[in-house]
Amino acid sequence: MKLFLSLCLFLSACMTPALAASAETDALLQQLTQTKLSKMPAMVQQLEATGDESLLPVFRAWLAGDLHYIRDDNTLVVEVDVNGVDTFQDPYTQATIAGLTSKQVRKIKVNNKLRGLLRGVIARIQLTSRDAGVRESAVRALLADIDDETFATLERIYPTEPNSDVRSTMQTALSIYTAQDQNSSQSARLAAIDVLGDSLENDVRNVLLSLERSDNPVLSSAATQALVSINRQVERYALVDQLFFGLSLGSVLLLASIGLAITFGVMGVINMAHGEMIMLGAYTTYVVQLLMPNYIDYSIWVAIPAAFLVSGLMGVVIERLVICRLHGRPLETLLATFGISLILQQLVRTIFSPLNRQVSTPSWMSGSWEINPVLSLTLNRLYILAFALLVFFALVMILKKSSLGLNVRAVSQNRSMAKAMGVKTEWVDAMTFGLGSGIAGIAGVALSQLTNVGPNLGQAYIIDSFMVVVFGGVGNLLGTLVAAFTLGIANKFLEPTTGAVLAAIFVLVFIILFIQKRPKGLFPQKGRAAE
Amino acid sequence: MSKLINWFTEGRSSGQYTLPFVILLLGVTVLASAANLLLPQDSALYVSTYSITLLGKYLCYAMLALAVDIIWGYCGILSLGHGAFFALGGYAMGMYLMRQIGDRGVYGHPELPDFMVFLDWQELPWFWLGMDQFWFAMVVAVVVPGLLAFVFGWLAFRSRVTGVYLSIMTQALTYALLLAFFRNEMGFGGNNGLTDFKEILGFDLQADSTRVSLFIATAVILSLVLLASQRILSSRLGKVTLAVRDAEPRTRFIGYRTERYKVWLFVYSAVIAGVAGALYVPQVGIINPGEFSPINSIEIVIWVAVGGRGTLIGAIIGALLVNYAKTRFTAIMPDGWLFALGALFVLVTLFLPKGLMGLYGQLQSKRRQSAEQEVQS
Amino acid sequence: MSALENSLQGLRETFRRDQVWPFLIDKQSKVDVSNQMILYVEGLNLSFDGFKALNDLNLYVNDGELRCLIGANGAGKTTLMDVITGKSKPDAGSVYFGQTHNLLTKDEADIAQLGIGRKFQKPTVFEEQTVFDNLELSLKTDKRVIQTLFARLSPSEIDRIDEVLAIIGLKKHRFMKAGALSHGQKQWLEIGMLLAADPRLLLIDEPVAGMTAQETERTAELLTSLAGERTVIVVEHDMEFVRSIARTVTVLHQGSVLAEGTMDQIQNNKDVIEVYLGEEAAEA
Repeated sequence: MKLFLSLCLFLSACMTPALAASAETDALLQQLTQTKLSKMPAMVQQLEATGDESLLPVFRAWLAGDLHYIRDDNTLVVEVDVNGVDTFQDPYTQATIAGLTSKQVRKIKVNNKLRGLLRGVIARIQLTSRDAGVRESAVRALLADIDDETFATLERIYPTEPNSDVRSTMQTALSIYTAQDQNSSQSARLAAIDVLGDSLENDVRNVLLSLERSDNPVLSSAATQALVSINRQVERYALVDQLFFGLSLGSVLLLASIGLAITFGVMGVINMAHGEMIMLGAYTTYVVQLLMPNYIDYSIWVAIPAAFLVSGLMGVVIERLVICRLHGRPLETLLATFGISLILQQLVRTIFSPLNRQVSTPSWMSGSWEINPVLSLTLNRLYILAFALLVFFALVMILKKSSLGLNVRAVSQNRSMAKAMGVKTEWVDAMTFGLGSGIAGIAGVALSQLTNVGPNLGQAYIIDSFMVVVFGGVGNLLGTLVAAFTLGIANKFLEPTTGAVLAAIFVLVFIILFIQKRPKGLFPQKGRAAE
Repeated sequence: MSKLINWFTEGRSSGQYTLPFVILLLGVTVLASAANLLLPQDSALYVSTYSITLLGKYLCYAMLALAVDIIWGYCGILSLGHGAFFALGGYAMGMYLMRQIGDRGVYGHPELPDFMVFLDWQELPWFWLGMDQFWFAMVVAVVVPGLLAFVFGWLAFRSRVTGVYLSIMTQALTYALLLAFFRNEMGFGGNNGLTDFKEILGFDLQADSTRVSLFIATAVILSLVLLASQRILSSRLGKVTLAVRDAEPRTRFIGYRTERYKVWLFVYSAVIAGVAGALYVPQVGIINPGEFSPINSIEIVIWVAVGGRGTLIGAIIGALLVNYAKTRFTAIMPDGWLFALGALFVLVTLFLPKGLMGLYGQLQSKRRQSAEQEVQS
Repeated sequence: MSALENSLQGLRETFRRDQVWPFLIDKQSKVDVSNQMILYVEGLNLSFDGFKALNDLNLYVNDGELRCLIGANGAGKTTLMDVITGKSKPDAGSVYFGQTHNLLTKDEADIAQLGIGRKFQKPTVFEEQTVFDNLELSLKTDKRVIQTLFARLSPSEIDRIDEVLAIIGLKKHRFMKAGALSHGQKQWLEIGMLLAADPRLLLIDEPVAGMTAQETERTAELLTSLAGERTVIVVEHDMEFVRSIARTVTVLHQGSVLAEGTMDQIQNNKDVIEVYLGEEAAEA
């Protein structure tokens, strides 16, 4: 839809230089206002024959039933709804004509036959547009019903079309016509049906379905074959679609649990307030957008470091105030951090209200990437998938290469030895916890693009994140990665057969059983140190 | 049988406060009940039926806290899913009460509860059969939580899942049940749960006398559970339980199958929670999936922590105090309660690891020390 | 043809006359030591992540013997004890207690009930319970759940606890919480817990670590007095202590047995000197 709107904008921008139609077309248009409905199709053809591209907005308005003329001077105007008030504009310049009321104008009538004609005309005009995208969608609009004229036009411009995508769509359109054309030879029609078997367009399927019911047995069986091949492809793409959603859920799980993999996996501290760190990140995004309402597109780049800082600092504060005093008492840590999560939730509820807050998506993240008519991937999920992987590998690099990483690993493997070697274990603990919490904050920025931002945001992810970390094997970042994507994909593949809730339950029960069998997860740490 | 009675009455050494506590509890119950039934409404000492119901509710929570304390305080298993057993017991009772409505529901169907008629179901699902019998419903209220605890515990303890992992697994368990019970297809009333109960065993649930009877029944059952638990925990089995909590490998190496001890204690605790749930539902008049929510389960733990884990009376006192505070707090400033609860979690774990009972013990030993010093000087 | 041969072979295996079918062996039956041998460890292999903790280890211990195990860190002493007591399962090999009890098919509790007691490197007692309770829990009794629930101390059991209290010198502290004992006293209490269980085989890991010279001496006395009636395997780093108690010493090195013999033999063994003191010492 957004694509279409921007297309219209683009087109009108293209057309305005022409401003007014030539004298010949002007005369025709004047005539139009006096023509009977039954004579109008001929008028449309005459108008198209002028080859005047500037008529496009007129045709559009006509198609939409918005084309009117002023009774006094037969000038064409377009009715536009501005804030609930009907106003009238010049069709070419879109300048509002002041003082015109609906009583002074009369509508130029349109019926279904005309609409079909108009659609074809509009598409044919667009076929010669300079923009390949416009040409592509124009051809696609023609697929539904191709008349002889369109066919002739398409056949004429097909050999000169430079863009291969547009050419293949054109070929589909041509094949649709040929396949249905009674006058073509049987072999030509069979060849056309064969071509259609590779297309995923909805219209193609309708054509093939009607051909399947035709009297000609040869054509009918060819159509059936083509349909089978189409269905096979559709199924394959449906699988890809499911996989994508699984990966997307996996990336969300990965983002949510990766911080936990550090605090729980590496430090052995169980942080029930982890979900609230995510929530704080999401609210930071909201606040950043409030502060820079005119730069929503760039707000994400501000929000990511801001969320990292907010959640990270909160993590350091929690570590210094509470967790460091409960060292070696995991169950108490669990309870205390749960208390902190309650306080943070209530704090957010008090400051921002208990209602969900709207975080807007930057324009470059909205929309979707249409690979073909049956498969389109939403851009925000795609970006978040990439972002999750980026964060993951950045974290792995930090732990592997930086001195903080070295210290963290030293402390996690042998605390007292690390202390004896001069590592400031308290500082390392605070930094590690800050890092884990900060990453949770970043996860919050990403989540704010997918779900509602509310005080309970973190609650929804805490159990899932723990499951991911435990499933992957505590203390193993790679395990977390594998576990997150496995669970995400498993969930999405179960969903169609069981429904979302049962799928979630199955996954939970599966993990419960899995932990019984392999208490140390998919990739356990081995050896005596793990005892 | 006489052996059982003997066993019950001997060896009260470690629970010296239990019997006085039970007498106090039953005494207060009788007084409050009498004040409700016998005194006129305008009397200064009159106890309203609302208060009686509230007290009954607190006692159910106390029983639940006792259940958690038995496995957490004595055996070191921190269950974050005990709300699930409580809710299952509650649902069993709810199903019985639902069947008692009969044709007095909104749709007037002689057999199906309203929500089933609403969902256009034609007949009772198999698991609702027999729930119109009180005894059967009570058996279910005990057996289902016990069975779930047995299966879960058997799987978990046999593969030696302990500590934080186990806590998270229990939390996942109750979360999974929460999701499941929210579904209409489960046949438990979905989101709305079971409510609009009319009568129990033929007595009107709204009548003062029924309310008081339920309150007394709760107090009596709580006392029995307390005495039985005290007895169990002061037997050698109780010593093994403490041994498992403090040094499980050592216990195993001297020949105890610790996983079996843990499973049975877990089942015992779950059954108590189930009974508490069954007593809770007729008093509050509703049971819905919200009871399964993980936050409810974790709240029980804080009751125990406040009162003092590892002491049965502490768990009961903790549950009563925290819930009384909750009632008062939510009446005065509803938004403040979660702050207070959160702070309670943090402060108790940081500064009061043994709870109020621990504090009392500390004070006493200090007093004893200073007394000894005086004697010496 | 070969299938028939295989099944025949299997049948012959099943009916071999020198073995008893597993289901016929009474779980609690006496340890069969008719060959004067109480512990058979054969071909034991166990690796952690590529590190071979046990490498084709063979060890035979006579009934009533006092055996010392020595070896550097990582030689496999504690791992061997883990395998014998059922804490770790080996990759390959067999461990028999007497001639009939295959220890690899049993878990820790079973093995403990067969009469194998173990003392850990770090003293582990039940700190929140009294010394008396610690010993009561360790008594050789029916350790099933229901039986434990209804268990009552018999006079003979109380006598047994008193006896053990006397042996370990904690008579005065019987109602003290175990957590309040000194480090050495905890070591003693743990040994006392083993004794209370009346075991056939005691595995004792570093009994004198952290003990004063006096306490060490008493421990040595105690362990030597135990041998004969019971079999004792001691792991210890303190060579002075080993010398004072050992009749036979086994040296472990990199997961297998390096040498075995009396203390004097061991001290003059070329391999041992090489491993402990380096090659030059061996040549010198």
